Amino acid sequence: MDVMYNLWLRQVRRYWRSGSRLIGSLGQPILLLLALGYGIGAIYRRAGEGNYLNFLVPGIITQTVLLSGIFWGIIILQDKRFGFLAEMLVAPVSRLKVLLGSALGGATISIIQGIMIFIISLIFGFRPDNWWLVPPAFLVLVVMSLALTCFGAGIASTVDDFQGFQGINNLLVLPMFFLSSALYPLDNIPTALKIISTINPVSYMVDALRMLLTNQTHFGIGKDLIIIGVTLVVCLAFAVNRFNRIQM
Amino acid sequence: MPQTVISAKSVSKRFGEVIAVDDISFDVKKGEIFAFLGPNGAGKSTTIKMLTTMLRPTTGELRLAGHDVTRERDAARKAFGIVFQDPSLDEELSAYENMDLHATLYGIPKTHRPKRIQELLELVDLWSRKDSMVKTFSGGMRRRLEIARGLLHEPKVLFLDEPTLGLDTQTRNLMWSYVKKLSDEKGMTIFFTTHYLDEAEDVAEQIAIIDHGKIITRGTVADLTKETGTKTLEDAYLKLTGTMTRDDSEAGNNDGLNFRMARRNRTLR
Repeated sequence: MDVMYNLWLRQVRRYWRSGSRLIGSLGQPILLLLALGYGIGAIYRRAGEGNYLNFLVPGIITQTVLLSGIFWGIIILQDKRFGFLAEMLVAPVSRLKVLLGSALGGATISIIQGIMIFIISLIFGFRPDNWWLVPPAFLVLVVMSLALTCFGAGIASTVDDFQGFQGINNLLVLPMFFLSSALYPLDNIPTALKIISTINPVSYMVDALRMLLTNQTHFGIGKDLIIIGVTLVVCLAFAVNRFNRIQM
Repeated sequence: MPQTVISAKSVSKRFGEVIAVDDISFDVKKGEIFAFLGPNGAGKSTTIKMLTTMLRPTTGELRLAGHDVTRERDAARKAFGIVFQDPSLDEELSAYENMDLHATLYGIPKTHRPKRIQELLELVDLWSRKDSMVKTFSGGMRRRLEIARGLLHEPKVLFLDEPTLGLDTQTRNLMWSYVKKLSDEKGMTIFFTTHYLDEAEDVAEQIAIIDHGKIITRGTVADLTKETGTKTLEDAYLKLTGTMTRDDSEAGNNDGLNFRMARRNRTLR
């Protein structure tokens, strides 16, 4: 327990100290909230769909957690490239502990960022439909953060360099965000796009948050929660498998 | 007779078709300063990685302080400290935090930690900088911190993989005098690799030279110079391993990761 706690503390400390990472990671979601929330919001209302900012906020919180989780993987990559991983891997501690302790730290960072975006969106005029559903939404956020952090850890364990990681960001993370239910309703979109969005687990994360925060849902909360749970298990297995294969 | 602390019996390591380490056997006695020398790609780092549980040998048996390195991995891990060839500190943490994390990883009781960390940081003259981030440290300070960290859990064996690479002469001398003291006073076994043969000549009590994955000779400096009819260790070494440089096309490279990459590159070509 002591080991896991200290590995967790290491991640959180590093995050807290790097002011640029703290601010930088919030820049993009704020930009999206402003540009899309206010920019597209006007058209959205005219189309008779209601308040776009309300629709958008769960999507942006999910995107924040997605990006933060994947980019946290860079720390594993740094540890791998710049040697600290060797120190952890020759210690008399199982790799599972090293991975879980670190990933819990990564997830904590994602959760903090998700909450900050939630607070910022309140400033921008977002109001949850029912405040009593905010705590359950927080629990969903925790599970999502864990799943996506594991996903990032798995990817970082697989690739060997930062360029490769950048490629994965472009080929995987951006499509996972744009081809989900984060930015637009899935009701009247072309079939191909609909199929992709339905396969994409990110859609279900957005949908669960949207249900709890704004009482709108596409898939239904039960289905959302099941898919999120399955995603967590799959991502965890992926991370453990890839991390165990790292050779120094 | 002093007890054997490290023993290798017919150890080999293959990466696909490449044989990095080819049936080597040797042992190191308690308190001995043992130098493991050889050209790049000879199998030095692969051997150290096997001894320190980072790679599994393909065949053969390795024992460290009485523990089978493959089967009793955690016991073996507690018995050694290592200073890696590449820096391995967390630069975003302070010197003290790096030490504290290491103490946690090795299960040193919380009550012992502060005293032990202070002792070691004072020993390597870093106590006054304990709260500075490692990223502000010079190369020599980092090396000293890594040595202090490697000693924190009171290992029986200390591995030093090219520990003086890139250090100035003052730091090198200081480091070696300290290492000698550890070996003399605490009976700690030191296993090191280096490319500076004058260093090995000064410090090492026993030397093994490895080339093309095989140990080609073993003995004291006097044994080696006598065997080759030369005056210095460097001459003896060059006579034994030749004066040609090694490159990727011949033996791959000097560690497991590089081996894998070299193979991948070859298939890409």
